[in-house]
Amino acid sequence: MSEGSVVASFVVPVHPHTVLAPDQNPGWQNLRNAFDEAAQTIRDLDADLLIVYSTTWPSIIGHQIQADPNPEWVMVDHDFHDLGSIPYSFNIDATFAHAWDDANRARGLQSRCVNYKGFPIDVGSVVALTLLNPDNSIPAVIVSSNMYANRNETTVLAKSCLDVVKAQGRRAVAITAMSLSNRMFTDFIQPEADKIHSLKDDEWNRKILEFLEQGRMEDVGQLSRTIHQQIRVQKVVAFKPMWWLSAMNGNRNDLTGRVLAYEAIHGAGGAVVHMDPTPSGVGDKEYDEDDVEYFHGERGVLDAGGEQVDDHAESQLAPEAAEATGSGPALWEPVEGEDAVNTDTAPKPVGAYPHARRVGDMLYLSGVGPRQPGTNAIPGGPIHDENGEPLEYDIQAQTRAVVNNVERVLIEAGGSLENVVDVTSFLVDMKRDFAGYNEVWAETLGKVGPTRTTLAIRSLPTPIAVEMKVVAHLPK
Amino acid sequence: MGKGRIVAGCIAPHPPHLVYAENPPQNEPVAEGGWEQLRWGYERLRASLADIDYDAIVLLSPHWQTYVGTHFLGLPHFEGLSVDPIFPNLFRYHYDMNVDVDLARAIHDEAEAAGLPVKMMENPDFRVDYGTITTGHLFNPDWDKPLVVISSNRSTAYYSVEVMQEIMIELGRVTRKAIEASGKKVVVLASNSLSHRHFTTESEVPEDMSKEHITSHAMHLWDMRMIDYMRSGQGQRILDEMPEFTEQAIAESDGGGLSWLLSTLDVPDYPAILHGYGTIIGTGNAVVEWPCHAHEVNEQ
Repeated sequence: MSEGSVVASFVVPVHPHTVLAPDQNPGWQNLRNAFDEAAQTIRDLDADLLIVYSTTWPSIIGHQIQADPNPEWVMVDHDFHDLGSIPYSFNIDATFAHAWDDANRARGLQSRCVNYKGFPIDVGSVVALTLLNPDNSIPAVIVSSNMYANRNETTVLAKSCLDVVKAQGRRAVAITAMSLSNRMFTDFIQPEADKIHSLKDDEWNRKILEFLEQGRMEDVGQLSRTIHQQIRVQKVVAFKPMWWLSAMNGNRNDLTGRVLAYEAIHGAGGAVVHMDPTPSGVGDKEYDEDDVEYFHGERGVLDAGGEQVDDHAESQLAPEAAEATGSGPALWEPVEGEDAVNTDTAPKPVGAYPHARRVGDMLYLSGVGPRQPGTNAIPGGPIHDENGEPLEYDIQAQTRAVVNNVERVLIEAGGSLENVVDVTSFLVDMKRDFAGYNEVWAETLGKVGPTRTTLAIRSLPTPIAVEMKVVAHLPK
Repeated sequence: MGKGRIVAGCIAPHPPHLVYAENPPQNEPVAEGGWEQLRWGYERLRASLADIDYDAIVLLSPHWQTYVGTHFLGLPHFEGLSVDPIFPNLFRYHYDMNVDVDLARAIHDEAEAAGLPVKMMENPDFRVDYGTITTGHLFNPDWDKPLVVISSNRSTAYYSVEVMQEIMIELGRVTRKAIEASGKKVVVLASNSLSHRHFTTESEVPEDMSKEHITSHAMHLWDMRMIDYMRSGQGQRILDEMPEFTEQAIAESDGGGLSWLLSTLDVPDYPAILHGYGTIIGTGNAVVEWPCHAHEVNEQ
């Protein structure tokens, strides 16, 4: 099976006019024609999965994924109920939905599948699937838009989706159901009077479409907050679908874009845009936002007092008591001594030992893992959950964090990575992780040139995949 | 026909958790209880009004969100299955409700005459929002009174809290006028939470009350401040501080329900009765009654 990929992406409008009343306004008909053309393109690409990120399905508790194999109902829009009803019966890929849900959890996201008779599928998803997949021949999946999600969370949501697309070898089409400018007229208008609400909205919309037509998806993603402030009514969901769509395309600026239509729907900016992953001649540009593989979020919010209380307690309690506050091993204060080297910038030990000990010109470090000082978080994610269930993790992120922690101890001792002379590395999954670990090594300690031994071991005291035992030559 | 009147006005929150926790036969999921303070608050509210005769309930729900004008349910009967799109694990409720279309039309017409954009919703396939159903159930589990259901115009999002208040104060005025002209006795309900910052996680057992608390101290202070105003008859002060409250407490008053309610009650200067307060996934919720009937008796 070949590795799956996103073979096309589309931006499509959300309001029901294109389904129920295209004949009432030439612009609505133009959008409808563009939907039909997009549907034909999807068929021509032999796509086998439609993935819809809908801004009209807001969620609060993380992200929700539709997993009813055949949701059926009749959708009536809250505003435009007089246009009529849209009966629907969709073909949902429940297997993919559950795999995505699992992948979300593995990357630290709050996520759940929904499979309930009568679940009200939102207008944006109903319009998109009705027009892009009229015969239901292509299975689909729908994800909500979390009203509190930031860019990191939305990006990780896309990455976990890509994990599954690749693993299942799918030819996927990514679709964002969204308006550009979303300011509608607040009074009722005749269809023939429809136009973009303001000149300013129209100018911003055209600038967005200019970028997309040049393939500059990531640039639109980075402008997302500005766009939201400028031309978006502050409804519950911000202009975040471009974050998701950009991440689904590898945060690139060299896609091949084509605007199929741009028109007003009751004042809002509606566009059908096709983004082809084929690199365009424009050339890729910088990606200057933090990339993120794992979402750490506000997951302790239900625990009143939360991490701050634990953090404080950690320094006050004996290790036996500290152990009762968390699921991992107890954290200890580093053992002090005449030759000991300890620092608050490195993670606390899990036993009675110092961070390092100096003997003459030599500095011997205790085993160093990727845990972060203060939070105890593991960059790249833990390798298993509290119940021991395996989780997806990023070995490169963990390895970088280990090297950073080594450097912190060396700095405390008055040295740097340049002083490292010998390293013994321990990996819990040599087959899976050696390549990624080795790549980070080459970028960091490999440039210094210490000797190295790498061993496979069964497990480490905390849910980490890599630990290093370091010896440094550090003349006084 | 005598002059119609409002016999009571209430804030009546609608998180579906309250219906879920009560296990009524109409709701599919089953709970082990939870959120008792608020559910007991609703019990006290129902007891408080048990001996009060009224003809209809007029309810404004922030979960029927309309961006183009204010809408009214315009058919006499609705039934179906309401599944909360955010908490479908908690709320899948089979509803069966009657609408006082004459009163809805009367309020609609008064609003239209006052220049507000309004529309009657007459599509029989329309699914009634879960805010309406939750508040409708908890206020009147027997569903034996017809409702008038008013949508929440999102003018706060489009313009500002101040603009929203102007619209809602006018809508409240015409609501009261239409009720008085109808000759009916009516309860008005604002289906409305106070502070409205949710948790973004859910405990494994949703009704695990050891996980329930207000999101932040600031939210608590705002909620108590507003409740103090209600209990001390300072309706105007609530309206005056609505912009700050709505912004700083991320309050659900952005949907206009509280402003509309106070306006329908002609901005009460008599004390409201606090029947209950509690948090639901971090949001602040109060069950509050303005006993207009007693106030009118006292005036006579």
